Amino acid sequence: MELQHVNVKVFVDGELSVDLYRFVEFFHEWIRDDVLDELLIDVVDYQHVPAGPAVMLIGHEADYAIDNAGHRFGLHYNGKAAIDGSNEDRLGQALAAALNACTLLEAHFAAEGLRFSRTEFELFINDRALAPNTPQTLAAAQPQIEAFLKTALNHDQFTLTHDSDPRRRFRLTVNTATPVDFDAVLNTLRT
Amino acid sequence: MKASNTRWKDRLDGKLPADLAQEIDQFESQIELRRQGKIDDKIFAETRLRRGAYGQRYDNGQRYDGKQVRQLAFPEDKNTKGPGTVWDAPGMLRIKIPFGGMNPRQLEVMADLAEEYADGITHVTTRQDLQFHFVHIDDTPTLMRRLAEVGITTREACGNSVRNVTGCPYSGVCPDESFDVTPYARALSLFLLGHPDAQNFGRKFKPTFSGCSQHGCGLAAMHDLGYTAATRIVDGKEQRGFRFVVGGGLGAVPNQAKLFDEFLPPEEVLPMAQAIARVFARHGEKKNRSRARMKFLLRTWGIDKFKEEVLEERKKLRDDPRWTEYIDQAQSEVESPLNPPGDMPETNGNVEYTRWVKANIRPQRQEGYFTATVALPLGDLTPDQLRALADITARFTTGTIRTTVEQNFVIRWVSGSDVPALFEVLSTAGLAQPGAGNILDIVACPGTDTCKLGISSSRGLAAELRTRLEQKCFEMDQAVQDLHIKVSGCFNSCGQHHISDIGFYGVNRIVNGYQVPHFQVVLGGQWENNAGAYGLPIVAIPSKRIPDALDRITEFYLRMRQKNERFTAFVQRIGKAQIRQALDDLTQNKPEHDDDPSFYSDWGDPREYSTGDIGIGECAGEVVTAYQFAMTEAERVVFEAQLYLDAGNLQRAGKDAFAAMLTAAKALVQIQYDDVADDPDEIVDEFRERFYDTKLFLDPFAGGKFAQYLFAAHENADASFTAETALPLIEEAQLFIEAVHSCYNRMRSAGLSQSTEGA
Ligand code: SF4
Repeated sequence: MELQHVNVKVFVDGELSVDLYRFVEFFHEWIRDDVLDELLIDVVDYQHVPAGPAVMLIGHEADYAIDNAGHRFGLHYNGKAAIDGSNEDRLGQALAAALNACTLLEAHFAAEGLRFSRTEFELFINDRALAPNTPQTLAAAQPQIEAFLKTALNHDQFTLTHDSDPRRRFRLTVNTATPVDFDAVLNTLRT
Repeated sequence: MKASNTRWKDRLDGKLPADLAQEIDQFESQIELRRQGKIDDKIFAETRLRRGAYGQRYDNGQRYDGKQVRQLAFPEDKNTKGPGTVWDAPGMLRIKIPFGGMNPRQLEVMADLAEEYADGITHVTTRQDLQFHFVHIDDTPTLMRRLAEVGITTREACGNSVRNVTGCPYSGVCPDESFDVTPYARALSLFLLGHPDAQNFGRKFKPTFSGCSQHGCGLAAMHDLGYTAATRIVDGKEQRGFRFVVGGGLGAVPNQAKLFDEFLPPEEVLPMAQAIARVFARHGEKKNRSRARMKFLLRTWGIDKFKEEVLEERKKLRDDPRWTEYIDQAQSEVESPLNPPGDMPETNGNVEYTRWVKANIRPQRQEGYFTATVALPLGDLTPDQLRALADITARFTTGTIRTTVEQNFVIRWVSGSDVPALFEVLSTAGLAQPGAGNILDIVACPGTDTCKLGISSSRGLAAELRTRLEQKCFEMDQAVQDLHIKVSGCFNSCGQHHISDIGFYGVNRIVNGYQVPHFQVVLGGQWENNAGAYGLPIVAIPSKRIPDALDRITEFYLRMRQKNERFTAFVQRIGKAQIRQALDDLTQNKPEHDDDPSFYSDWGDPREYSTGDIGIGECAGEVVTAYQFAMTEAERVVFEAQLYLDAGNLQRAGKDAFAAMLTAAKALVQIQYDDVADDPDEIVDEFRERFYDTKLFLDPFAGGKFAQYLFAAHENADASFTAETALPLIEEAQLFIEAVHSCYNRMRSAGLSQSTEGA
């Protein structure tokens, strides 16, 4: 099974404490200052859409959003480009990109108290042909994802919950027993 | 690009309608051939447009980042998918939804596609289409296959083709309609799709169907082909037919359609459209894009000659069984409800419910049934909302839902007793926004968000106005609540600003040496009566002051209106001069850049404003130049031309419109040549030599079209004016003045405007 177009959503811890327009401003800075090592194109303001991708940073390889799907704000990373390598490589690339973005956002909005959850995030595959949301996909993908997370988080104290709605994309919610150290995970994934 | 594209091709092999499958395969081959350089760039561009794959802002690989124009380093930056259009740059996919009719399965597929190929948002357009943004060209064949699987095509959604056939979303259920136009709209849509006689146009071609003449739903007067249902009694029997108008259009210079036939029988709907398509393909303008819509052929020929040519052509057509084979069924086609009829509770003690019922619920002509409008802010919705809408449509109806030209959805055949439950489930999905069709329900084109031609942020402005109105709308006087607002990002009018009570379209101006986004305020348009009247611009106001302008206009209206006077009638009675006066101070006392930098950016976009992503001029803090004085004069004169037109003085209106153009042209000429005389011939000659022949005046997108307006007005300077010629000339003068501003701004940016300016 090929796991491409990996998406990660890291939830905001508690209430979102930052005015959404500040993200519009900050994402424009990311483009202008070449903050990420990827091609960033534009910022889209969707604050008017209820429970939507409130503010989006559109890129060539990936999109980033301050997403409010399900009425839960979080940083949503959507890997658009197909990536060479193994499934583990692709999962690692997406998780690293998402945590890196969270780290940058937390640093910038520290005064406003922005903090992302250290114990809960979602992983999903944005491709219904590669990973239809079926028991078969779960059976094939779950062991690979568990193995990846064990390495990335450096422990196995986590649970995976599958959203089985067949209309939705294949999605697992990861809950960890101990808080994830973003820097440590980033170090692991980058080495 | 998606890793699964070939999987979808294999999976859907043999499952799609053969003709659609073949077309998509062909398009995929054309993509490959273009990649290999075996198809000309321009031809590929028109090919993909005819498949609905449209360009988006920044697809030339450049973007202004707030400080400078930067190259976007796309991996595949040498290959192009059209002149100046980088292969890897994201684009837009427009999806045709004939008469806006959709079913739950189609909504679900849209949700999946928005998630997997676009930015997660599905957008309803002002022509009942759906649109995805930020789509990669390589993914478009897969998108098309997945759409074809549920009976949807993107074919001829863009390009010089027959665009989506629109129709009243209330067809079949509206108490005021003559009869249900749905089967006729469907038949015409299928008939013209890919028809060989409709493949060789110089420009797009837009048909619409309306069920009655008094409401706005079909907007017949602004379409190339406008069919309005009518009945008559012959020998004691009711006959169906259509009041048939042709040659309408908005765009830069709007045109009211002309009456072609007071009562076109159903069996002539298809063949007459075919005959018109043939005449338009043969005689319509092909070289000059700006004169290529059918309205210009009508203007050149007049309706009598046009009709004569079409009727001649009609006689030559070979019989086609498709012309009539749908008609018997059309007469008897009725949608059926899912649940039995019932009474609707007007209120349930919940203020939100009561507001929603008041604006969003309409009784059907079938007793005990109602339509519910799902008002979408800026026409956008999420995949979760689309799935919820699919479930809701299936739960309450037999699957009848339609998009509207006001960028909403309409659920039909809701039993009155189901309305409270419907409200509950819509609320849970964030789809029970109240105020459908009122001042809150603002229509906006994509503008600078994604459109390559956008000048100001129409969506940014619409979102801002909506946020402010949300807090006070329901406390406002009903007369104000009932107003329509429409916003376009430029003069091209995709937001249909001409046919709203209060319209805005984007322009730019130089203030203190910086470009500043502005909107022209357009008043007096009419949505009712099938787009019965077009508004005219009265003054350009800085973007950040438009909310204040709206407050002024509505306050002025409430203060000065006569009892029950509608806004259009009020504007006509009071006159634009008085309204303009009430707004005048908003055009003055502009803050210095350093005192208020936000004034120099647009709504929803913190970057310092720039048109066309060209950096601002370097010369800040300039004094008022001779050019600026002259342009202010040109704007005054064109405004007066409107007042003369309103007063019925057509000759003076026409002459002033031309005089305004000359003043603007002279302002530009004087930048290079101070001594130009006040003689029209000399001004036009100098303008032609210095700005047209040198291509300095050519608009990056519209080419020489605005200069042609001046040349044509000069050639016809001695003609006498009619209502048919004076109004378009004023519109053209307005556009010419805008083009002079743009040219001047481009020259400033390039450092070419220094010679005598300010001296
Ligand atoms: S009106 Fe102008 S900005 Fe708006 S979509 Fe049309 S061309 Fe683009």
